[in-house]
Amino acid sequence: MFDGLTGRLGDVFDRLKRRGALKEGDVNAALREVRVALLEADVALDVVKSFIDKVRERAVGQDVLRSVTPGQQVVKIVHDSLVEMLGAEPEGLNLSATPPVAILMVGLQGGGKTTTTAKLARRLVSRERKKVMMASLDIYRPAAREQLRILGEQNDIQTLPINDGEAPASIAKRAMTAARLQGFDVVFLDTAGRTSIDEAMMAEAVAVRDVVQPVETLLVADAMTGQDAVNTARNFNDRVGLTGIVLTRVDGDARGGAALSMRAVTGRPIKALGIGEKIDEIEDFHPERIAGRILGMGDVVSLVEKAVENIEQDEAERLAQRMQKGQFDLEDMLSQLRQLKKMGGLGGVMGMLPGIGKIQKQMNAANVDESMIKRQEAIILSMTRAERRNVKLLNASRKRRVASGSGTSVPEINRLVKQYMEMAKAMKKIGKRGGLGSLFGGGSGGGMPPLGGGGPGGSIPGLGGGGLPGLGSGGLPPGFPGKR
Amino acid sequence: MNAQDDQQTGWFGRLKSGLSKSSSKLTAGIAAIFKSRKLDAAALEELEDLLITADLGVATAALLTANLARDRFDKDVGDDEVRTALAANIAELLSPVARPLVIDRGHQPHVVMFVGVNGSGKTTTIGKMAQHYRAQGLTVMLAAADTFRAAAIEQLQIWGQRVGVPVVARAHGADSAAVAYEALARAQAENIDLLLIDTAGRLQNKTELMDELAKVVRVLGKQNPEAPHDRILVLDGTVGQNAHSQVQAFSELTDITGLVVTKLDGSARGGVVVSLTERFGLPIHAIGVGEAVADLDAFVADDFARNLMGLDQA
Repeated sequence: MFDGLTGRLGDVFDRLKRRGALKEGDVNAALREVRVALLEADVALDVVKSFIDKVRERAVGQDVLRSVTPGQQVVKIVHDSLVEMLGAEPEGLNLSATPPVAILMVGLQGGGKTTTTAKLARRLVSRERKKVMMASLDIYRPAAREQLRILGEQNDIQTLPINDGEAPASIAKRAMTAARLQGFDVVFLDTAGRTSIDEAMMAEAVAVRDVVQPVETLLVADAMTGQDAVNTARNFNDRVGLTGIVLTRVDGDARGGAALSMRAVTGRPIKALGIGEKIDEIEDFHPERIAGRILGMGDVVSLVEKAVENIEQDEAERLAQRMQKGQFDLEDMLSQLRQLKKMGGLGGVMGMLPGIGKIQKQMNAANVDESMIKRQEAIILSMTRAERRNVKLLNASRKRRVASGSGTSVPEINRLVKQYMEMAKAMKKIGKRGGLGSLFGGGSGGGMPPLGGGGPGGSIPGLGGGGLPGLGSGGLPPGFPGKR
Repeated sequence: MNAQDDQQTGWFGRLKSGLSKSSSKLTAGIAAIFKSRKLDAAALEELEDLLITADLGVATAALLTANLARDRFDKDVGDDEVRTALAANIAELLSPVARPLVIDRGHQPHVVMFVGVNGSGKTTTIGKMAQHYRAQGLTVMLAAADTFRAAAIEQLQIWGQRVGVPVVARAHGADSAAVAYEALARAQAENIDLLLIDTAGRLQNKTELMDELAKVVRVLGKQNPEAPHDRILVLDGTVGQNAHSQVQAFSELTDITGLVVTKLDGSARGGVVVSLTERFGLPIHAIGVGEAVADLDAFVADDFARNLMGLDQA
């Protein structure tokens, strides 16, 4: 998500960084690029305009002209304005009312309401130990109520029994009565998808709202939505009255400008992000992170958290120690490949790193294939321990054996060996510098200290100039698999 | 919209009522720019912005305004003239791709696979298409190869009952390639004219899910090297510039043969279709402008373009 915007702004700010003192004209030039980038990211035009004006007002002033690093200053202003626009603090679901608390889910067809309903309900059950019921009011789409019932069954969430021939408002009423009698804390009401200009359907939503008096009315919207996001959000807000927005399919590659648009026109917070098809793939919205990602500073916080979650601490420490000494053999490479895979593959990691947008493009151009990681893993696994520790043992006949063992070819093994050599060389240098151990290795204790201190200026210690070990000049990291 | 209106206005009326919200805003915008005004740089920029708000994208908006500027720059222009010129330009771009799906009964069955991201409207489109071709006298079969989403199979089965066509399905969680394989075998045995295969929605950047789709294609190809004869990407009309990424990724995987654009009955403008056409030139077989069975229609370039610009049917 937001990759393209990251890349585009990266280009602009690269240019700014390269000039010393910043002139007013430069700010305007940068903002023109920001404007196009935001439009290409599907941020609505009106929202883009007001955003640009706000940034210009702040940027073209004494602060920027006097500051020592003007580029960074502009980045910071754009970043802060974005955060402000997205909503400064994350907000969770509001459940403060007499139970049963009604939560109404509304949105266009296919936005992900039913899936989101189940995800949010599951989270309340498992995290907050709430007694939660779900009821589908979608009497239009074939098997829609069945879908919610199945999701409830799969995830141990009560659903309201389905009665045929009942109008949505009556179902809603029945749900609230049942919840009251059975002592439920929260009732999710999953409505049918509707376009915001369908008067009859909007009236139906209003009728349901009046029956259940929801504490939360959430608009579920697709992160891929185009310029229409503003109309949809505005219409739903005007007619039904929203309290929050849930953005779905954030795990896709859409730039997600819709998030900014909807937030801006409704003034309602984005309360959660859908990030996958599984029931637990939903997370809180953190404006800082999203804004940082937009600006090409990378989603460093997310990366660190993800890394801590996924990398076994012992393994990380072992690796870091070895690297400090400049030691790096094929077993280390194997464990790095595996960690890389766990963290969501190359794409997953790269998307979170600052200034990586361009490299990602190069990788695509160079046909870097995620499946290559698997192949390389297979190659290393087909080697003996001794071979992994001392790559020089690999003579022609051993290579043939490894090739047939791993279902690959000798040239592929040669390529891997070459990549390993380059990587080992890079590691040795780092070891000498005693700096960044390894992106994936981390250090002792605090998870990933080398990445932790990244400020909004974009200069993350150890990642600044050369980027990742071996990511510098050639663009492609030598350690990463690539087809030529 | 009720049935009577439908009969009176036909599909153009439905499309227009669907697009009217977007058109009217666009129209008002253009009128505001060009109430007896010179087509200067500022006017062009505003025009470009307006096209962008219709999801035409920055590049296509620039191209269209540049075309307009070539003949009319610095001349006094009325807003009707601008709209007509733009509509003509768009229609010209779109007319080569306005091609309905051609079913070859000789294939027995002609196999059409539907792919797309989650929630784009694949199952609904299949239901509407089944109805359409059944009404034309073809024998139709549906395959429920979306074995992932809860109740997706039931949804397709209900469509099958509604339309009166058989549905091949296995249990939830079954191998979708196996469902497709079985459906093709059955369709061949029963001399079915048209087999429509529903697949699970998937985001185009999810490698494993895209691989799974490739497997469905591969398995069909084992039975009949030409199958699936058509691979249709169902595109949500409310989607913005990400549509480009969708078309590209799905094309790389299965060589998409055509598009169906859905949900054009809302306030979304579907303008991304214009820039998609400019870039990929894929046939647009049909558009979805509502939830009723009849709400799937052929894509007509002129009508679409004129509607987008808020003009009446020529």
